Amino acid sequence: MLQVILSTVSRWAIPFLLLIVPLYGFFKKVPVYETFVEGAEEGFTTAIRIIPFLVGMLVAISVFRASGAMDCLVALIQPLMVALGAPPDVLPLAIMRPLSGSGALGLATELMKVYGPDSMIGRMASVMQGTTDTTFFVLTVYFGSVGIKRFKYAVITGLSADITGLLASIYICNVLFR
Amino acid sequence: MLNVIWLLLLTSGIIVAALNGQIEVVTGAALDAAKSAVRVCFDLIGVMAMWLGIMKIAEKAGLIQGLAGLLAPVLRRLFPSVPPRDPAMGAIILNLSANMLGLGNAATPFGMKAMQELQRLNKNRPEASAAMCTFMALNTSCITLIPATIIGIRLAYGSADPTEIVGACIFATSCAMVVAVSLDYMFRRHSRWGGRN
Repeated sequence: MLQVILSTVSRWAIPFLLLIVPLYGFFKKVPVYETFVEGAEEGFTTAIRIIPFLVGMLVAISVFRASGAMDCLVALIQPLMVALGAPPDVLPLAIMRPLSGSGALGLATELMKVYGPDSMIGRMASVMQGTTDTTFFVLTVYFGSVGIKRFKYAVITGLSADITGLLASIYICNVLFR
Repeated sequence: MLNVIWLLLLTSGIIVAALNGQIEVVTGAALDAAKSAVRVCFDLIGVMAMWLGIMKIAEKAGLIQGLAGLLAPVLRRLFPSVPPRDPAMGAIILNLSANMLGLGNAATPFGMKAMQELQRLNKNRPEASAAMCTFMALNTSCITLIPATIIGIRLAYGSADPTEIVGACIFATSCAMVVAVSLDYMFRRHSRWGGRN
């Protein structure tokens, strides 16, 4: 039942917006097509403006991952996570989540394939993936698009949210699914 | 803060690669990442253009301001420095709604629009304003009511109940959001703490 509702909403959300907004605009006497084009023009400049920020961030993250430095960090935190009740296999996902969206999705898919989505590891991976955000990507892209170079305390806040989400995921999965 | 993290990611990677005797990995990883960053931005152009076009219509039709007015009581407390009926509020609401529905590709353009509007109000240009930091705190910890991608993957691998994790996700994001919003509030009140970097 829940699944039917959720999948219906997520299937309809975008077509609904694409229908309602121009229709409402038309009734409000907005020249819809011209206005659309006028807004769309900004898409190009905004996307191009992010490039330097994203190159800087992705290069550092990619070197960190490929060199094996991330695996060292994983090995370092492993005992702590196991003590908190997390299976060791989900830890790389937890570290990857704030750094790279596609990387984390790849890891989560892999865990689900190997252990099955209804295993403890599969469930925990699902909750982690659905909970925390790609903080570094979001910060880089959003601040980059307006040329902000000093992020102030936004980095600490975002990372604290990620760590909280991670710990809460481990806790709730142990309560609900064990 | 970001300077330190960036430098740490880079230097620790290079040092570990050197110790493992595979320094050539660094070159490949760095160059590939630089290329893929540009590809990501190019892929964004089309999606951005589409949503910003739709958003312009919503703006001219008064939908965005209407939306902002609707949620004004909550937003006024979170964003005291932004005028209640400012277009920035509308863009913030759209971004958060898209996040909640799990519409990642719509959330990004709305979020950037919100940042542009907030930048218009920002008095200290190269530096993030308090409102921007609050917006980022909400955004990175936002509750996802419909984690569509993960439900799809669970379904694909034959889960007996693909949506059973939704409640757990909502619990965990709520915790994250409470922490993010309270921390942000503390930083905003004691601007000395967050003043540097």
